[in-house]
Amino acid sequence: MNELLIGAITGILFGFIMQKAQVIRYDKQMAALRLQDMTIVKFMLTTILVAMVGMYLLFDLGLIKFSLKPLILGGNVLGGLIFGIGWGILGYCPATAMGALGEGRYDSAFGLMGMILGAGLYAEAYPLMKETVLTWGDFGKITIPLALGINHWIVIVILGALFIVLFRWFEKKGL
Amino acid sequence: MDILRKKTWSPYTAGVLAGILLVLSVFIMGKYFGASTTFVRVAGFVEQSVAPEKVASMAYFIKEKVIIDWQFVFVFGVLFGALASAWLSKEKMAVAVPPMWEARFGQSRVRRWMAAFLGGTVLMFGARLADGCPSGHGLSGLAQIAISGYVSLICFFLAGMILARILYGGGNDHE
Repeated sequence: MNELLIGAITGILFGFIMQKAQVIRYDKQMAALRLQDMTIVKFMLTTILVAMVGMYLLFDLGLIKFSLKPLILGGNVLGGLIFGIGWGILGYCPATAMGALGEGRYDSAFGLMGMILGAGLYAEAYPLMKETVLTWGDFGKITIPLALGINHWIVIVILGALFIVLFRWFEKKGL
Repeated sequence: MDILRKKTWSPYTAGVLAGILLVLSVFIMGKYFGASTTFVRVAGFVEQSVAPEKVASMAYFIKEKVIIDWQFVFVFGVLFGALASAWLSKEKMAVAVPPMWEARFGQSRVRRWMAAFLGGTVLMFGARLADGCPSGHGLSGLAQIAISGYVSLICFFLAGMILARILYGGGNDHE
């Protein structure tokens, strides 16, 4: 019960923040895919940068556990590309479609209904996928620092620097 | 509380707040942001209402469990958080067709809604095959420096950009 209450509060705060950042709009998501306005990319990469530093600090202190998704090239690449095709048509991703509905952009309701159908179709296809696509290129739960065999803080500093260079470039170009 | 009534926060400020929220969620509850598994559960609940034996026997519903969990309330929380934010800043509610879509494809609601449904279906099939969406793979995955997150997010954007190019051409009508 406590877990569900905190889940609801976390979701409400996340939805509130995303609405203020204007990232739950079709126009913003498509503008990013059309390389015209990088608002959603700025938001995502800033979130990632802060969370990456915070989580690895807590990890080093032994206070949290990671929850890594395995690298399965068949699933990640093929599924990722199929997702991108649908995203390019809908213009909302799953969490932002819920936010868009809250914001009154009710075209997202049809996207959400489609998502429920898509999830049901995948449940039908899962036994086949498990035997085929999900066996292609399975590297297990792996991170960049683990794969390279180097300290994670080296990777964090490099990624952080890359993100900041990207932000400065976006601002210079007015994206 | 003027800050809560402001229409827009900088994506960087919002990103810092969302990053802190994600770190706190992992630290306090051990929960990472994600959204797409919830749609599997909703599909499971819908199918359960007509064919409970079938759902109980399907491998994917057994794997993902048709229950109301932390992520389920988190995803619905996003809707209410966005609603609260939009209401506080007096956003125009009830937008049937996104402005950018309307400028390209006209005012037809039915056309937009059909496209949204189709896009949602395709997107969620892809998200489940990839084992995550821009929240699970994008934010949570990249924050953990998971290679699966990087591969998936790059594929999301790559296919999304190609679709945007097909639908909108290379023109720059938005500015």
